[in-house]
Amino acid sequence: MKSNRSAGTRFFTGDKVFNLFNITVLTLLTIIIIFPVWNVVVNSFNSGRAIATGKSIFWPEEFSLENYKAVLNDTSIWNAFLISVLKTVIGVICHVLFCSMVAFGMSKEYLKGRKLYTVMGVITMFFSGGIIPTYMLIKSLGMLNTFAVYIIPALFSYYDMIVLMIFFKQVPVSLEESARIDGAGVWRVFLSIILPLSKPALATIALYHGVSQWNDFMTTKLYITKKALYPLMMKLYEIIVQQQLATMANNTSYVITTSTKGIQLATIVITTLPIVIMYPMLQKHFVTGMMLGAVKE
Amino acid sequence: MQSKQDYISKISLRKRMGKWCRDLIRQFPLQLMVLPGIAFMIVFSYIPIYGLSIAFKNYTVVSKLSSAKWVGLYNFKIILGDKYFWDSVINTLGISFLKLLIGFPIPIILAVMIYEVKDGPFKRITQTISYLPHFLSWIVLGGMMISWFSTTGIFNQILMFFGVIEEGKNILLDASKYWWIASLSDIWKEAGWGTILYLATMAGIDPTYYEAARIDGASRFRQIWNITLPLITPIISLNLILTISGLLGSNLDQTFVLMNTQNQPKAEVINSYVYRMGLTQGDFSYATAAGLGVSIVSVILLVTANQMTKKLSKQSIL
Repeated sequence: MKSNRSAGTRFFTGDKVFNLFNITVLTLLTIIIIFPVWNVVVNSFNSGRAIATGKSIFWPEEFSLENYKAVLNDTSIWNAFLISVLKTVIGVICHVLFCSMVAFGMSKEYLKGRKLYTVMGVITMFFSGGIIPTYMLIKSLGMLNTFAVYIIPALFSYYDMIVLMIFFKQVPVSLEESARIDGAGVWRVFLSIILPLSKPALATIALYHGVSQWNDFMTTKLYITKKALYPLMMKLYEIIVQQQLATMANNTSYVITTSTKGIQLATIVITTLPIVIMYPMLQKHFVTGMMLGAVKE
Repeated sequence: MQSKQDYISKISLRKRMGKWCRDLIRQFPLQLMVLPGIAFMIVFSYIPIYGLSIAFKNYTVVSKLSSAKWVGLYNFKIILGDKYFWDSVINTLGISFLKLLIGFPIPIILAVMIYEVKDGPFKRITQTISYLPHFLSWIVLGGMMISWFSTTGIFNQILMFFGVIEEGKNILLDASKYWWIASLSDIWKEAGWGTILYLATMAGIDPTYYEAARIDGASRFRQIWNITLPLITPIISLNLILTISGLLGSNLDQTFVLMNTQNQPKAEVINSYVYRMGLTQGDFSYATAAGLGVSIVSVILLVTANQMTKKLSKQSIL
């Protein structure tokens, strides 16, 4: 995303005003985004009393770790964290392998029935059964209240398949041909030539899918009622709903709301931390993902 | 003559069939790699699409699917007279139009501004920070918003500091503000990320255009207006088509986390209404019919928007 325009630009007089305006607006934008988020982090390190007064804007007024202690002492949150990690890791591995397997087959122009498969896939991108028919399907497959519901319905995405397929097509055919002459089968070619050469594409898909698995909340809301299977997002949602109810039940009582509020903020920070840690890695793949996806087949 | 031609075409057909079968057998291992994907689509996409047929039946959570009676368009007739359904349609459209009017131009303006900044740390930091909210889940953002808008939260603190209000008030409990809260929070989350496609397109613009314009004495604003914008118009219209076709869709995660008993009259959108009627109240057929009706209107919107942009700028996605 480098623009190659700025080098050696001789500025016109109006340009300085333009640049100043530009930089001011963008700085404001950055502040509008980062400041509220920072405020949440600040308050999560605040004592319950200091959160209630709302005086801490840039820095915690009464620094304390009590919120985090309360969260980390809650075994159900540890369990939710474990479920979130498991569903993200297993989900990503299965999704990437499954999609790339299909994409490898579809990347061969000579594949019989390829046109039919493409039409079938494109239709799924524009039409879906919607909430209720999908719910009925999941129910009849016996996947309600199972861990499998996090993994199996998310195994395949036609969009991700296209992205991988476009990438696989760029691998030189000669590499594959020479391996075939040496007696390698399709699986051998796929596993030892195509996959190792496509690491950037695989990483892109893995990271995007990982974020969506980590952030996913609807799957739990729709198909899971067993608390032992709640991931972190659902746990956080429960805490938020409880706090909302408490706020509405008694607007003046700070005693109930403050302690839950601190716990809520600490849970928010803990839930977001993995995304923030992964963010620099994600960033490398933004443009690859967008550009590959934007190319029409 | 006739029979000879028939004979030849029969032979060639048989030959072609034979070749097709031989090819299929030869590429059997390859087919085995693709077929799981096809099977997946049949099970998880096509069976639910077929399942839409319950919209024309009388099927609830207590009845058996096989014994459910066909009722034709009965469910649709009831929906047309359902006040709560129309309320949810109005809410969905209200939020979507605010998003379209404010949220559609902002990424374009931001992308142009970012593009005009010299490469360097400032540009990198701006981009890094403005993309970040896209990766937060709505549950996390909803939790943050509840904290910002609480009576002692940062939003009220700022308003009180500038003397706009005397006393903190939780606007999340104020139904009349919900459309603004829903649309503006969505814009806050997605505006930065929305620039990425425009920026990627701008990166492909030939720099000699700008050089030529500069030599002719064009100002920076002039260069944006006459070079940058015309060259990203295809992507803009593509995005517009997709946005218009999504007018009746809404973000269910957002609705779930921001909706409460106070703002529900203004917060209930079509999706959440379908969810409530179907999964909470158990009226599967009714909810499916509502969902199907909305999907059909969405497809009509997509096709119309596509036709209109095709006429206006010769761009289309279909």
